Amino acid sequence: MRGMTPIVKTVTRGMAGMIFLYGIYIVLHGHLTPGGGFAGGVMVAAAFILVVLAKGSPEAVTEAKKQRSSVAESLGIFAFWALAVIGLIGGTFFFYNFLTKGRPFRLLSAGFIPLNNIAIGVEVAAALFAIFITLAVIKTGGKK
Amino acid sequence: MMTILCGLIVLMILGGFVALEAASLLSSVVLLGIVGFGLSAAFLILQAPDLAIVQIVVETLSLIIFIAVILKTTSKDATARRRKRLPHYVVAAVFAVIFMLAASWALGSMPPFGNPSLRMAEAYLSPNKFLGPTGAANLVTAVILDFRAYDTLGEATVLFTAVMGVLAVLRKTGRKQ
Repeated sequence: MRGMTPIVKTVTRGMAGMIFLYGIYIVLHGHLTPGGGFAGGVMVAAAFILVVLAKGSPEAVTEAKKQRSSVAESLGIFAFWALAVIGLIGGTFFFYNFLTKGRPFRLLSAGFIPLNNIAIGVEVAAALFAIFITLAVIKTGGKK
Repeated sequence: MMTILCGLIVLMILGGFVALEAASLLSSVVLLGIVGFGLSAAFLILQAPDLAIVQIVVETLSLIIFIAVILKTTSKDATARRRKRLPHYVVAAVFAVIFMLAASWALGSMPPFGNPSLRMAEAYLSPNKFLGPTGAANLVTAVILDFRAYDTLGEATVLFTAVMGVLAVLRKTGRKQ
């Protein structure tokens, strides 16, 4: 995929990191403020998509990116399942909140909810980036 | 507040109609954005910031993906045809009128706006009901990741399955016969 003009590239250089950081913030503060794994994950994916759209990407690199985001997506949903199963193994029910609740309104509180948010954020970000790469960047089609 | 909401809904419906009739797919997709961003503003007016954030981000991302796909392929509407479509419009109008009448008859028996008939949500709404068991200060997160985490698990699994489908259908190399 070709990149865009130098104006877009320069703006992207400043913006992409901030969008990424804001997505991380939304994910990590999901149990305190509006937002959470889904919204933050989409923002992180948007930061990656912005970089790919603006700067372009050689074909081999794109293929590797697709593989890696697929792996990250699988790891995210596996972490979510594992967090749910830990409660079952520990002798209680599926999705048992097994960590200590902590003091409310702190960043480290609410038991395993922040961990769930992180797992969902990783899964959503990697999934949307993989879908974008596959649909819009990689050249497919044509008979052999 | 309700006036703004009604105006937004009318704008969204008009945007959907115009998107159906637009000549090129690119303008159709951009017009479809009216529906998504209008819905996000409506969520904000109805005091649901969680939904508004998710809606605005997902709408932006899906617009980007649609536009990227259209720029990569073609913006020509392959199914556009210039036939007489008056009978279609008549049938649609008749159906809309019947639907409106039935809806106004059915909605008369609904509880007033903002007063849900189900009492289930009240069990979670006071702070000591959700803050104590989960420790999360955000009620929405407490519900979707603790009380009703099964739903979220199913949702995440749906997304995972969708990605698996996309990667399997649009893969570059086919299997050798």
